[in-house]
Amino acid sequence: MTTRAPIGQRALTYLLLLAGAVLFAFPMVWMVSTSLKPPEQAAAVPPTLLPRAHYAEIDGRRAEVTLDRELADRPGWWQVTAKDGARERRELPREQIDTRIEPRWGNYPEALDEMGAGRVGFGTFLTNTLIVCVLGVAGTVLSNAMVAYGFARLKWRGRDAFFAVTLATMMVPAPVLMVPLYGVFKELGWIGTLLPLWVPAWFGSAFNIFLMRQFFRTLPEEMSEAARIDGAGEWTIFWRLVLPLSTPVLAVAALFHFLYAWNDFLGPLLYLTRQETFTLAIALQSYQTQSGGVEWPLLMAASVVTVLPVIGLFFLTQRTFIQGIATTGSKG
Amino acid sequence: MTATDLRRLRAGLAFTAPWIVGFAVFTLYPVVASLYFSFCDYSILQRPLWIGLENYRTLAGDDVFWISLRNTLWFAGAAVPLGTVTSLALALLLNQDVRGRAFFRTLFFLPSIVPLVASAMLWLWIFNGSSGLLNQVLAPVFALWGGAPPAWLGDPAWAKPALVLMSAWGAGHSMIIYLAGLQNVPRELYESADLDGAGAWSKFWHITLPVISPVIYFNVVMGIIGAMQVFTTAFVMTGGTDGNPARSTLFYALYLFSSAFYDLRMGYASAMAWILFLLIATLTWIATRVAARKVHYND
Repeated sequence: MTTRAPIGQRALTYLLLLAGAVLFAFPMVWMVSTSLKPPEQAAAVPPTLLPRAHYAEIDGRRAEVTLDRELADRPGWWQVTAKDGARERRELPREQIDTRIEPRWGNYPEALDEMGAGRVGFGTFLTNTLIVCVLGVAGTVLSNAMVAYGFARLKWRGRDAFFAVTLATMMVPAPVLMVPLYGVFKELGWIGTLLPLWVPAWFGSAFNIFLMRQFFRTLPEEMSEAARIDGAGEWTIFWRLVLPLSTPVLAVAALFHFLYAWNDFLGPLLYLTRQETFTLAIALQSYQTQSGGVEWPLLMAASVVTVLPVIGLFFLTQRTFIQGIATTGSKG
Repeated sequence: MTATDLRRLRAGLAFTAPWIVGFAVFTLYPVVASLYFSFCDYSILQRPLWIGLENYRTLAGDDVFWISLRNTLWFAGAAVPLGTVTSLALALLLNQDVRGRAFFRTLFFLPSIVPLVASAMLWLWIFNGSSGLLNQVLAPVFALWGGAPPAWLGDPAWAKPALVLMSAWGAGHSMIIYLAGLQNVPRELYESADLDGAGAWSKFWHITLPVISPVIYFNVVMGIIGAMQVFTTAFVMTGGTDGNPARSTLFYALYLFSSAFYDLRMGYASAMAWILFLLIATLTWIATRVAARKVHYND
């Protein structure tokens, strides 16, 4: 705005922004903070932000201890328990306990180990997720670009009617398709494999066809005409001319599909039956429900691991991300 | 058809071939089959058996169905307005002339791309009744009146509100869409309003809101469609499809899923799916009717 807002209004804006920032960022900060704490500190009252480690001399050796409670009869003295060996208890004055801020990085390997319950490694879940994401992204980009080219740059009988039907399919909610699709994949013998999670991406989706068609239509028709006069076939025009000019829209479709596939929970829940085939989303959920329960720090560590790649992807592709959402939002 | 027409048709069909298969196998067949199954007794283990309207009649008398429908409408009725207000408010704040816009925008946006299963774990922890962060903060406040904060996901009265609050955390996605809409508001409009001595509120009400009304309409419709199908967060945070505690979070999609894949009542679940389809279509139609009166299109 050209005129600067009055100072009071600006102060209020910053105040609200900061309040919002705390509300939106703190849960994630808390997730990371919890993931680096020893279990007994996760639920400490009052809550602490930074993970700590306490050390004390026990029988002449230095051991990591837990601070259990302050003694009621001797203020300043604490009951501590050694974390290793025989878990000896001692009562010590606070000065003799050495407390330092120490993130427990070991929670991460421990959580990733436990996720697979020792049988299946975390690497398997990651590989499965990447297979579904990468093959799905490749299929999404190729198939939708081809189909959108057919709708945007070629004139043929029945094209507009077929496109109208294509748009109409966007209204059908997923639960309507769920039961028969399960039947289709069962007939194909694909239940229990990763195939139902990425193969359909190779056969187009109405939304992406629409998105790419909009973009292809903005490219000048004279360019294609010139190529046709030079004797280029449609495939050459598509592959050599249109695709290279369309990287922004292809990137948006690729990014959104990657995100969708990485986050998808219902698909894996439906089709994956054995732990060997689990993707990260379902592995994380099954880790949480595994018998005996999971310590919060370990569960948070496993969650951080599934979130980090998505956050990293965001920072690498920020512009595509934001512009993609802005355009799909206002044009959809 | 001339030879040229035929050649063009062949090229068109060749390029759209993936989608012709995809449309037939992954859309058209499932839609038709699901409609057919909804009139059948079907367990996937045996062939579907035509029973006419029986599934729909049973649904009308199924208490669990009505509970799931009520819970879902409750959730959508709370989550969509809260999400709309939150994301629009954040976008309006970011649309001011402020320092650190990109930083705040990133901060507000990031939670919306956190995988749902991971954010479900996080909020499960925050909402934990005894040692969760939220109640650790609230307990001293409640103690002033001699009370205690609710157990959130452990309390039938508070489980749905907890899920609604959590859903507002993902407002960043629509915030970006609103922000794009706000940047399309012509500056001259504000400038001439300034000359007329209009206040901030009247500028918002008479300029900003009408110009971005199509964006609001779009976001509300998408919000309704999403909220009516809420599944993953509820499944993960309430431990499956039972809608714990006391069926307070038994949402439509959870009941549909358990009917189809745990009870193998696939015909019954298909009937539920079609009712959901009609329900979403009706809600969208209502939103469109409201929009026809309130939404202002520039072109």
